Amino acid sequence: MAKIKGAVVIDINRCKGCDLCVVACPADVLELQPKEVNDRGYHYAYDKNPDACIGCASCAAVCPDGCFTVYRLVCDNN
Amino acid sequence: MKGNEAIAHAAIRYGVDAYFGYPITPQSEILETLEAEMPWETTGMVVLQAESEVAAINMVYGGAASGKAVMTSSSSPGVSLKQEGISYIAASELPALIINVMRGGPGLGTIQPSQADYFQATKGGGHGDYHLIVLAPATVQEMADFVGLGFDLAFKYRNPAMILADGIVGQMMEKVVLPPFRPRRTDEEIALQCPWATTGRHGRGHRNVVTSLELESHKMEENNIRFQETYDLITRNEVRYKESHTDDAEYLIVAFGSVARICLKAIEEAREAGIKIGLLRPITLWPFPTERIAELSHQVKGILVVELNAGQMIEDVRLAVEGRVPVRHFGRMGGIVPNPTEVIEAFNQNFREK
Amino acid sequence: MKKEDIIKAGTVVYERPRLLTDNITHYCPGCSHGVVHRLIAEVLDEMDLAERAVGVAPVGCAVFAYNYIDVDWVEAAHGRAPAVATAMSRLNPGNVVFTYQGDGDLAAIGTAETIHAANRGENIVIIFINNAIYGMTGGQMAPTTLLGQKTATTPYGRTAALNGYPIKMSDILATLDGTCYVTRQAVHTPAAVRKAKSALKKAFANAVAKKGTSVVEIVSTCNSGWKLTPAQSNLWMAEHMFEKYPLGDLKNID
Repeated sequence: MAKIKGAVVIDINRCKGCDLCVVACPADVLELQPKEVNDRGYHYAYDKNPDACIGCASCAAVCPDGCFTVYRLVCDNN
Repeated sequence: MKGNEAIAHAAIRYGVDAYFGYPITPQSEILETLEAEMPWETTGMVVLQAESEVAAINMVYGGAASGKAVMTSSSSPGVSLKQEGISYIAASELPALIINVMRGGPGLGTIQPSQADYFQATKGGGHGDYHLIVLAPATVQEMADFVGLGFDLAFKYRNPAMILADGIVGQMMEKVVLPPFRPRRTDEEIALQCPWATTGRHGRGHRNVVTSLELESHKMEENNIRFQETYDLITRNEVRYKESHTDDAEYLIVAFGSVARICLKAIEEAREAGIKIGLLRPITLWPFPTERIAELSHQVKGILVVELNAGQMIEDVRLAVEGRVPVRHFGRMGGIVPNPTEVIEAFNQNFREK
Repeated sequence: MKKEDIIKAGTVVYERPRLLTDNITHYCPGCSHGVVHRLIAEVLDEMDLAERAVGVAPVGCAVFAYNYIDVDWVEAAHGRAPAVATAMSRLNPGNVVFTYQGDGDLAAIGTAETIHAANRGENIVIIFINNAIYGMTGGQMAPTTLLGQKTATTPYGRTAALNGYPIKMSDILATLDGTCYVTRQAVHTPAAVRKAKSALKKAFANAVAKKGTSVVEIVSTCNSGWKLTPAQSNLWMAEHMFEKYPLGDLKNID
């Protein structure tokens, strides 16, 4: 059976750490960096659980800062 | 034809792209004539009755931003409403033509003629350090001619111009030779003449932005310095005035617009009685003919400034004269227009009966 | 499977729209403006309108909209964007002109310009960001502020007796013969964002087809003004704003 795998690339220096992507993600992939900050002092978003990503682009849809590039790959489990 | 009608016909013939206005006495004939002429059928000129003077001047701002030759007209209370938009147009360095056919104020005032908006027109009018190029017609012919002149200067310096007319010249009927027809500029011509215009990118390769906003103080000061350099250039190049009988004048009358014609009549009567008065009529109220008035102040014994107001242009005359000779004022207000005899009486009171 | 392999072998399903400039926005974290800007950039690019779209920016938080979307822009005086757009549209009928206005700009100081441009049926798109507060000036009452809502100028909550009622501009605009499409959307969830994008597409298509004025209201958040986190703001908006400003098409003439 085919399975959809996704991946996100986040432009961390655009990110303002608003958390909206974290809330919108249905697969619990994202989190704000608890300690690290970007050049502008924000706790930026990162993919804490990249393996869970389904490439749905919900994060990208709600992101006010256009930080996301989303990839999707349909792969065969066999 | 009426002065107001002459403006409308001249606008169509000059190839003006749009007129936006709101009716107000005594200049509604401009909009009425344009609507009757239907220039959108011939030259493609847009004519629109806006919902207010505020909307009309902001339509002018939008049209001017896209590089078009755009104008509006109104009378004093309506021009007060337009001041916000005029400030934005000046700050955005856009060409445009604004016509004020002045009536008496303050407030709703009267629909009768006045020249009480001199300060407003020549000192900026809205907020911030800026100037309009201000043309003061005295004849219906000049009403027609100054449409083209106003646009030519506005585009040359990327600065709004104003025709500051009084209700007399707006309403009076005279023979006029209208300018020849010339076509409106094509989009290609506008793109060449106005590379800054927000015409849509259309392959330009970069976006154009028209804005008066700059929050970085040093950049905003640079903008202001650039505006002032433009004003200096205009002041050097574009001062216009007309002199009559100044060669041998012992006294001078300074008056603008239709009042200058009344004064000329008075001067001719006075000369028959042997009193040598000359007339200087500023045609550009800004830039003001400061240098020429300063020169004449070395020649004459006194200067009378005649205006339909409580004394506005007299301040610029005094600045030019720098105290060398007495500068006196004669003005009527509330829509009253003096006759030549009253002007002579005022002259005599100030300079002969002492 | 490693992330790098998915990126290598997979297809891009979303990327930053080309028409957004590289400038980082001045908006607060989580502000709805950013999402709407992004949608406009996507729609203009997808509809191939970049070369002939001209925006009119408001006074308000979106005063710098021209820094972010790579098309021609004119910055209007407060409230006057529809008048500015009227001239630009009429004088350049081949272009597609849109205004981007907040609730203070469109529903208070620019009410007359908005209503009359819409009533004339100007072929423009009016994008109306309604976040029920004045963001840029520091969170004062807007005409759309809800009854009871606390702002810097209604510190004890808006009351009808003192401040009148929140105004439903889109409802008013939908009554005008000049409007062809009036819709109220939001961008608080991925599904809402997709609907809002469709609405914007429809509005711009109307402008291209010269059908009259299209109005896309986006019920939005102002987490700084509301003094909530961005996520809390979305919840507060859904709970309180949608009752007064229900989402959906108010008018849609095909």
